Amino acid sequence: MIKGTIKVDTDRCKGCNLCAVACPKKIITLSETVNRMGYHYAQQSDNDACTGCAACGIMCPDGCITVFRERL
Amino acid sequence: MLLKGNEAIAHSAIRNGCDGFFGYPITPQSEVLETLAVLKPWETTGMVVLQSESELASINMVYAGGATGKCVMTSSSSPGVALMQEGISYMAACEIPGLIVSVQRGGPGLGTIQPSQSDYRQAVYGGGNGDYRVIVLAPNSVQEMADSVGEAFRLMFKWRMPVMILSDGAIGQMMEKVVLPPFKPRRTDEEVRQQCPWAINGLGLLSRKPNFVSSLELDAAVMEKRNRAMQEKYRAIEAEEVLYEEYMLDDAEYAIVAYGSSSRISMGAIDQLREKGVKVGMLRPKTLWPFPEQRIGELGRQCHALLTVEINEGQMVRDVRYAVAGQCPVEFFGHSGGVMPSPEEVVDKMESIINNR
Amino acid sequence: METVYKKPRLLNDVTMHYCPGCGHSLVHKLVAEVLEEMGVEERAVGICPVGCAVFAYRYVDIDWIEAAHGRAPACASAVKRLWPDHLVFTYQGDGDLACIGTGETIQALNRGENIAVIFINNAIYGMTGGQMAPTTLMGQKTSTCPYGRQADLHGFPLHITDIAATLEGTCYVTRQAVNNVANVARTKRAIRQAFQNSLDRKGASFVEVVSTCSAGWKMTPEQANQWMADNMLPYYPLGDLKVNGEKK
Repeated sequence: MIKGTIKVDTDRCKGCNLCAVACPKKIITLSETVNRMGYHYAQQSDNDACTGCAACGIMCPDGCITVFRERL
Repeated sequence: MLLKGNEAIAHSAIRNGCDGFFGYPITPQSEVLETLAVLKPWETTGMVVLQSESELASINMVYAGGATGKCVMTSSSSPGVALMQEGISYMAACEIPGLIVSVQRGGPGLGTIQPSQSDYRQAVYGGGNGDYRVIVLAPNSVQEMADSVGEAFRLMFKWRMPVMILSDGAIGQMMEKVVLPPFKPRRTDEEVRQQCPWAINGLGLLSRKPNFVSSLELDAAVMEKRNRAMQEKYRAIEAEEVLYEEYMLDDAEYAIVAYGSSSRISMGAIDQLREKGVKVGMLRPKTLWPFPEQRIGELGRQCHALLTVEINEGQMVRDVRYAVAGQCPVEFFGHSGGVMPSPEEVVDKMESIINNR
Repeated sequence: METVYKKPRLLNDVTMHYCPGCGHSLVHKLVAEVLEEMGVEERAVGICPVGCAVFAYRYVDIDWIEAAHGRAPACASAVKRLWPDHLVFTYQGDGDLACIGTGETIQALNRGENIAVIFINNAIYGMTGGQMAPTTLMGQKTSTCPYGRQADLHGFPLHITDIAATLEGTCYVTRQAVNNVANVARTKRAIRQAFQNSLDRKGASFVEVVSTCSAGWKMTPEQANQWMADNMLPYYPLGDLKVNGEKK
């Protein structure tokens, strides 16, 4: 079984939401709080469902998402 | 060797290790590009020669080529140089070396295709936007056309800025004997890298910070700092790079100030006046910026009157008056281009100045 | 744990000035990825335009020249001729490339300059606040055609990419988009092909990326991608127009 996870550079994230749109599992949401630029940043809402497909990272215009994957 | 002024520019560029010429045909300077096309330097020195789609493209090719640290140039005539002003402003702003040869014809607009000096202001004060300067060399013979290319290349890299050779249709088209400079090889990439660490060419990128050139600065305070630094450079150039030539000035009571073609006409007039016993000499600026202000100021003290002879309706005369600062009258004589002043007319003008004193 | 995706090293950590969801940011990232994968940083020169991408040099860590408005292809022509072993590319928007710089664009492509041109088409002037662009669609509203683009007042959208494909100097002309994962992958492949063509001196390459301007279009990034797919792609269909000098 493959498990993925993502790390979001929340300082640089502009909350465009394109990662959330691209996520096939629909497990990325925008935060309640805002970062220093005033944007609601992306965050992974369900840590178990991520497959590490990297769609979010590929679609992130600002290069804020790093995607990891491990075989369990 | 017997060459036209324009041809001498082309030969001299190759011999001075020029890396690239980008130009567009316009009378009376087309021989520069034509000569390069015949000489095919890309097969010998590796120099790039490109006929661009417009003077606008030419100057931006020079801008970008110079930004990579290469020794590049263009040539044109008055309406073409008008079109280049934007690019010259960018080159000045980004402190990019490059040579523009301006073989003046009459204006404004399409004007005439005959010789003129009516782009003195365009060259010296610039038509581009912003507080910038261009070093302006003013050759008055085919030999000086050839010599000025190497001098321009030296100055443009020394000061990192555009340099203009301000010639005219007469010097560009006339044939004279000329001794061309010896062949100097083009710089290798390694030499470019060492001599121009600021240049945009990727060389050594992994062991340094990336380079960029841009004239855009949204922070006004930073912009002013940049401009002030540039002004300091200009003051240093004014102190170090003024060039002029004197003719019979030691005992002169009257002096002509003239450059380029009109200096040759004036020399004939001075010889005639000297034969009549008039103590007259000439100061010929070889750089129009920086301008020999100090020496002209001294002549203002020494002489009863100064006369500028120009092939325009009176442009440099204002700079001479500024330098003289009221110490003596400064008169002007000229024709607007195509129609050339004759030595006899200059003699008449000088005699009328003397008689009206 | 294996890293399956991270931003390229050449895209530095400076926060890009682009609006959230801007296609420029994504294409900058692709340019950085391709340059890094090709390992050509030490012989790459980028030419930035005037327009939204005017600050591209701040984000992608290679050497850049900032061109005057529209003159990037002339700049690139000179750089490539002076440095024939280099990869030279321009990065331009629709106003820069297809309006004020149309002459330079067509002439450089037609001379077969060995350069790559990346053309971001979002049908609007973004930097100056959403004015009509040469590629603005018929009926599309902008601040200088607030009632929609009309033929009698504004003329027609310019099909610059189709023109590029007809020029003998171009070897590769393609139109791509970055609105979904599959299209991003295609755009990246196109940029890589264009860059390789520059290195291999195969002629001029032209990569149009149909993109969005959520601020100028007054939409969310998601809505903008949808509007682009619904309105722009029918008019500017995706795909290769010319490959290896052969028109498709």
